[in-house]
Amino acid sequence: MVDRTPLLEMRGIHKRFPGVKALDNVDLELHAGEVLALLGENGAGKSTLIKVLGGAHQPDAGTIRIEGQALVMRNPQDARRAGVGLMYQEFNLVPSLTVRENIFLGQEQTRLGFLRHRDEHRLAAELLARLSMPLNPELRCGSLSVGQQQAVEIAKALSQRMKILVMDEPSAALTPQEVERLFVIIRDLKSRGIGVIYISHRLDEIFEIADRVMVMRDGALVGSRPLSAVTRNELIEMMVGRSVQQEFPKQPAAIGEDRLVVSGLTRGRRVRGVSFSVRRGEVLGLAGLVGAGRTETARLIFGADRLEAGTVVLDGKPLRIRCPRDAIRAGICLLTEDRKSQGLVLGRSVQENFALPNLARFSRLGCIHQRREADVFAEYVRNLRIKISGAEQRVRDLSGGNQQKIVLAKWLERHADILIFDEPTRGLDVGAKYEIYLLMNDLARQGKGILMISSDLPEILGMSDRILVMHEGRVAGEIRDVAGATQQRVLELAVGGAK
Amino acid sequence: MKSLILRSLSRLASDYGMVAVLALLCVYYSWVTCEQQTPVGKAAAEQAAEQVEKLCGARPTVLILSRGTREDQEFAESLASLLAKQGAGVAGTVKEGPADARRQLEALNASGSKLDAIVGDRDAIAWPVFENLRQRFPALGTVQTIAPHSYWWPNFLKTDNLLNVANQITVIAVIAIGMTMVIITAGIDLSVGSLIALSAVVAAALIRGWAGGEHAGTWGMLVCSIGGMALCTLVGVFSGAMITLFGIPPFIVTLAMMLVASGMAYIISEGQSIYQVPDSYVWLGRGSDLLGIPNGVVLMFTLYAIAHLVMTRMSFGRYVYAVGGNAEAARLSGVPVQRVIVIVYAISGALAGLGGIIMASQLKSGSPTYGAMYELYVIAAVVVGGTSLSGGEGKVLATLIGAFIIAVIQNGMNLTGVESYTQKVVLGVVILGAVFLDMLKKRGWVTRLVSRKAIQRPVG
Repeated sequence: MVDRTPLLEMRGIHKRFPGVKALDNVDLELHAGEVLALLGENGAGKSTLIKVLGGAHQPDAGTIRIEGQALVMRNPQDARRAGVGLMYQEFNLVPSLTVRENIFLGQEQTRLGFLRHRDEHRLAAELLARLSMPLNPELRCGSLSVGQQQAVEIAKALSQRMKILVMDEPSAALTPQEVERLFVIIRDLKSRGIGVIYISHRLDEIFEIADRVMVMRDGALVGSRPLSAVTRNELIEMMVGRSVQQEFPKQPAAIGEDRLVVSGLTRGRRVRGVSFSVRRGEVLGLAGLVGAGRTETARLIFGADRLEAGTVVLDGKPLRIRCPRDAIRAGICLLTEDRKSQGLVLGRSVQENFALPNLARFSRLGCIHQRREADVFAEYVRNLRIKISGAEQRVRDLSGGNQQKIVLAKWLERHADILIFDEPTRGLDVGAKYEIYLLMNDLARQGKGILMISSDLPEILGMSDRILVMHEGRVAGEIRDVAGATQQRVLELAVGGAK
Repeated sequence: MKSLILRSLSRLASDYGMVAVLALLCVYYSWVTCEQQTPVGKAAAEQAAEQVEKLCGARPTVLILSRGTREDQEFAESLASLLAKQGAGVAGTVKEGPADARRQLEALNASGSKLDAIVGDRDAIAWPVFENLRQRFPALGTVQTIAPHSYWWPNFLKTDNLLNVANQITVIAVIAIGMTMVIITAGIDLSVGSLIALSAVVAAALIRGWAGGEHAGTWGMLVCSIGGMALCTLVGVFSGAMITLFGIPPFIVTLAMMLVASGMAYIISEGQSIYQVPDSYVWLGRGSDLLGIPNGVVLMFTLYAIAHLVMTRMSFGRYVYAVGGNAEAARLSGVPVQRVIVIVYAISGALAGLGGIIMASQLKSGSPTYGAMYELYVIAAVVVGGTSLSGGEGKVLATLIGAFIIAVIQNGMNLTGVESYTQKVVLGVVILGAVFLDMLKKRGWVTRLVSRKAIQRPVG
């Protein structure tokens, strides 16, 4: 271990953007066969650092050495050639191509310009077998699950003989089993001497897979520790720069009568006869594996998809919901799991996004009362502490937490009775999560009914008054005693197993 | 206050960067078409009358030269009346060239009357017959030759030419309003060119067959024109319905409607132009009631003002942007996405129909050949204006600028004598260049290039 040359060494990296110091004298060291977790709130500079490593950004100052050799990476190609593989949350796979074609995209195995399908097929199968992911290389990537696609992405990196693999939130869209499989793969990569930089907000995962953790805050390095020498709370404190009492500030509200009652909701095989109710002041947690039909159920209640059977009753009144417009009018709103593709019009301004479902309130005869719109929006910006440069700023340029706050603001202004949160804190940092939880407390106190879908079991257990678990389109069980419940119990129900 | 002005100016520049391009083009064409201009008609007469008053003392006698053109006649008539007002006498008006001038001079000389001045344009007073007047016609006394002063002025900036530019662009610009909205929803409408023909033919055919042909009254013509537009609106509604209900791509639907509408125009007109419309039908296309601005141009600016307000101040405009930016997010926010799309195509159809009426009015007939290729010019105007074909972005007023850029380039090339084949090549390159520049600006390449140079330092 002594005086071993690090696989990767970044020293004194500085990077300024107009008006922002994105990276301030950051050092990073990664050894062969090591998993380094990179931790920090959104906007702490993690992605900028990774982009510098990947050649997407040029540092203003600082050195990068790989296996002791100083390198200048002017573009992503340079980085790839140097053995740095980047995996983003959005996979760089072409859905219409097969697994084999994707793995060899850009490095096709050819002879005299003709593709050598059989060789490619064999190599691809070998790579996938090594990752214990026995996929048929001729399947189209579009038909694969998220976890499988990730394996393909890793296989691609292996085929390019990457020495360093950077994974940005690789587990964000995975089911617990898929995460387990990913960890098996990562351990395999370790044993091959590949260095892995693992970015995640999920502390549980970091403790399970990483050897060392590096925490960043405000563009600077806070510290780097072996995971054996640090506790969960210490990590959180390092991240937010202050001590945090608790992760889940749940304050139970007075729970009243049933507000939303759905029964027999059905659509195809994804949702099969789902019935439940949400009560006044209650946060109903909806747990289950990815694909269990939770999101689909929410979309049915909201009218985003057409109901095949079932009824929705709000405050004793049966509703006829054929499109989201009807649901919104009736007082139901849905904060979708995918902010970027479903919750926001990224190219438009924050204020326009905020106003979109509320225009009728701000306008008369179709003409928008611009002053009122701006005033109301400014109030939300203040109350929710949304960080924006101005009402005209594009949503695209905001951090995840602030984007989520814009989504929240736009629905809060609807003053709906029922709020459906689908993965409300996915991809958010500890601080932003905390604020969202406080807001949920507040809404519950106002007597609203909240349905919270989450794949984050601690969150489900920490914030719900009651938990429903779905399995294969059906409600598999209900947990009334949340305080006494364990993750184990929820998972059992989620996999449809033992009672 | 000052900073407010500055800020709004810089915002104007960034939002409508093409304004600068347009201004540069105008300056360029003003520069290259700058020529010595000779005043004609009334303006020339006024100037000449002034000179006569200044140079010839009280109650002079004047001989007026005219060469029989319309402008010369106007010149002669207004000069005669102006001189009469000043108390000058008109000895005669030469109408048939130098021979006529000689005859009149001889007659004046023989009658022994005095002549103080001969007034005509620069070419006319240079006729040899006016040389050595004192020796040849001594009885006339001292005769001065007077011509209105010429001056330097760009042909491009002459009122007539500017009105010409505006007139030429009216049809395209009006339709481009609808096209901008369609493109902001991430759609496209290829049928507008054919709808021009359909609307023009239907309106003209209705006037011929129902409103009394050449003797049609104002209301009859109005109803018939609205009929043509209504049909085009229906075509737009149909396109929108096909797109929203069946999910057929806008390109395909409107391509089909382009063929259908064009075919219908030929069927209704039996392939002929329809001329049986009253003279007053040209009111919209050729008339100018407001300060000499053509009615069509006034209508165009009015429509742009309305469209701008709709797109920036009304819910509908917001919805159009939201649908183009992210249709799913818009739907989940309660935006009636399907309705918005249908309305947008209906507007596009209606404005294409209006474009057809304007063209029919300009040409005083309806023909199925109208509007061929216009969809491409319209799309070009929108794109040059900076509206992105991928939707969610764009400005109606920028489209007007885009339309004017195209019109100015075409007009400028006509003035500088570029032949029409070359014009097409230039226009194509300009469209590409404009979009390219806009792209550079949006991606911030210009600023990035500059800043990269400034911070690049060796790493490693």
